[in-house]
Amino acid sequence: MASIHARKFVSSDPEKCVGCCVCEYICSYEKEKVFNPLKSRIRVVRLDSLINMSLACRLCENAPCVTACPRDALTQSKETGIILVDEDKCNGCGWCIEACDYGAIMIHPEKRVVFTCDLCDGKPKCVEWCPEDALDIVSTDTLAQKARISAVRKLFQETTKR
Amino acid sequence: MYGYAGKILRINLSNGKVSLSPLEEVVAKRYIGGIGLGMYLLIKNSKAGVDAFSPENPLILTTGPLSGTIAPTGGNGHAFVSKSPLTGGLGESKSHGFFGTELKRAGYDAVIFEGKAEKPVYVWIDDDNVQLMDAKALWGKSPQETEDMIREDLGDYYVRVAAIGPAGEKLARVACIMNDKTRAAGRTGLGAVMGAKNLKAIAVRGTKDIAVAKPEEFLEFVKMLHERMRGPATEKYRTLGTPLNVLVHNSLGALPTRNFTNATFEGAELVSGEYLNKQFVAKIVGCSSCAMRCEHLAIVSEGPYKGTTTRVEYEPLWAFGPHCGVDRLDAIIKAMELCNLYGLDSLSTGNIIGFAMDCYEHGILSKNDTGGLELRFGNAEAMIEMVHKIGKREGLGDILAEGVKRAAEKIGKGAEKYANHIKGLEMTGYDIRGLKTAAIGYAVSFRGADHNRHGAYAIDLKGAVDRFKVEKGRSKYVIDIEDLYTIIDSLMVCKFSRGVYYKEFEDLARYYSLVTGIEMSPKEMRRAGERINNLGRLFNIREGFTRKDDHLPPKVMSTPIPDNCVSKGSYISQEELDFMLDDYYAHRGWTRDGIPTPDKLNELEMDELAYIVEGKIKK
Repeated sequence: MASIHARKFVSSDPEKCVGCCVCEYICSYEKEKVFNPLKSRIRVVRLDSLINMSLACRLCENAPCVTACPRDALTQSKETGIILVDEDKCNGCGWCIEACDYGAIMIHPEKRVVFTCDLCDGKPKCVEWCPEDALDIVSTDTLAQKARISAVRKLFQETTKR
Repeated sequence: MYGYAGKILRINLSNGKVSLSPLEEVVAKRYIGGIGLGMYLLIKNSKAGVDAFSPENPLILTTGPLSGTIAPTGGNGHAFVSKSPLTGGLGESKSHGFFGTELKRAGYDAVIFEGKAEKPVYVWIDDDNVQLMDAKALWGKSPQETEDMIREDLGDYYVRVAAIGPAGEKLARVACIMNDKTRAAGRTGLGAVMGAKNLKAIAVRGTKDIAVAKPEEFLEFVKMLHERMRGPATEKYRTLGTPLNVLVHNSLGALPTRNFTNATFEGAELVSGEYLNKQFVAKIVGCSSCAMRCEHLAIVSEGPYKGTTTRVEYEPLWAFGPHCGVDRLDAIIKAMELCNLYGLDSLSTGNIIGFAMDCYEHGILSKNDTGGLELRFGNAEAMIEMVHKIGKREGLGDILAEGVKRAAEKIGKGAEKYANHIKGLEMTGYDIRGLKTAAIGYAVSFRGADHNRHGAYAIDLKGAVDRFKVEKGRSKYVIDIEDLYTIIDSLMVCKFSRGVYYKEFEDLARYYSLVTGIEMSPKEMRRAGERINNLGRLFNIREGFTRKDDHLPPKVMSTPIPDNCVSKGSYISQEELDFMLDDYYAHRGWTRDGIPTPDKLNELEMDELAYIVEGKIKK
């Protein structure tokens, strides 16, 4: 795979997501063998009945959470871009949480250290289980590809109707 | 215990005392959860003959054994059970969304609200920490505003709230309890029970883990259900939603129109599910852990009601549409939104307005009574004005907020003839004059006029039987579904998912066992369903209900269907009703007066409640 696709993350299509939280449940089960949204690495946001979608770590370039950590507890994998947490160094101070614009890194309710999406070795359970096929594992480049294709398709709607 | 938190929370609103008691496994297995457990707790914690608004009438809130798991639709619901202000009998109502799962994670199977708060309060259940909070600022606010204000107040956006609106505060007997902004525990007027207790809202935050007994097998089972939920069994709910019924009922002459005057509606196309989805539905969303999604959110984008948004289902659409002779969807959607804001049961409210229109058409009500409103069938503006009046209890609305039965008594002049209710609960959108299997279910339902206690309309509509005839043995079908439906409402799976349990009791028993680890055979499951139906009956008998309360709405028995359609001329006579009841009671193993015999109760392991029927059985 070309290096532009090295960094993949879980993205939710707001058009398809219905805010059912199956992703939260399966994530907490996969990682901790219990059902509890607070232990899920992907979180559903329901602003009102019409606006809902789920969010997980986006594997930013030069991730601000890593930069923000005063105790060097966070590192970012060079190959995959996943944020790794050294649980011995983390003391739950929350600087990284403050630095993250998406609320995608959270404090674990019991361990009191931070945790975030680790992509389940490249096969995220949430993507597999989403009943609406709203979740996908993508790179920023595939997102742009998809957007371009659908934009062009719209432009040529009349042609394709024939 | 898996599947159950094992704790029942008791909150005395009079003195603020909070206590816990264990949920015993034998009770859990016998009554499952949801309405079954709620009804059991009600009958154990209340005295006969207490007024529904009395502090001595407890309000019970329950979750189910599947709550808080990934089980699709499984226990994302909660049930409220109490004595109904509308019927004086058993009141129960369920709602789904996110509230029930949160309550389960907070660590409770049931909450019993007793007594009455001195001034408006809301209950804040924060895991193990339970407090009464001042609700002065919330009083008079809509349930939606209440939810937002409580979240602001507590500083946590994941708090789930169930609240009443102004209608519940003013003890409107058709008030509902709203949660998650668009969901309602609608029927039997339990919002007024909360109002009578000065309880504005219940706010919950639960952070505990939920584990299941056999996780691997459970997940496999869930995967299979997910597959089935993508199939034909749930297609209706995923696509057009329940409003699909409009045209179906219309073509079969089973769409009650203008307060049961007709059974077909000339404006059906304009209020059909097809038209609704084309013009108004903006998005379809789902509840916690659901794999179907059914919540059709409609937005009005133009005209006088521009910007109105609400969730649409068939029953309220019918109540404000065909039932009131209104063929404008934007006005119907507006009326539904107002019901959400006032905290009114939209089905009952629409039914009552249709009744008032009928009275107006027949000269029983005049412009003087309606405050100058031209309350004729089809007048959408007058209908919307009436919803405001009922929500605020102003003028005629004050009388109508008492429910259709009491309103008819107050209005007098023969208005009873037009009040379509059973046991005091307003009739729903099935014209049972030509659905004679469903009619049995309606007549005997323990909460009154209700298609959701038996679902026997399906047998009639599918053409499995001759729906214009009564015959021996027909009750068996009704009983089969009744027993299944009480299980569905006690497990707290969603009724829209009923089609995916191909082997009904076998699937549901397995579902239950995988989660709880309690062995349950299909036969035991079925018996639990029967037990819960008997329990509802017992509660009503304790409150003085007799055979004569198993009646049908007056118009169903007096007005043959006049329309030129397949159902023309059909109605139900007293003889037919008596025949139905005899047949049903016999199949249930009850006496001719509809009382469960001590033998029956013994067979169902309900001896502890046999005292209720003592002395009531005629030799």
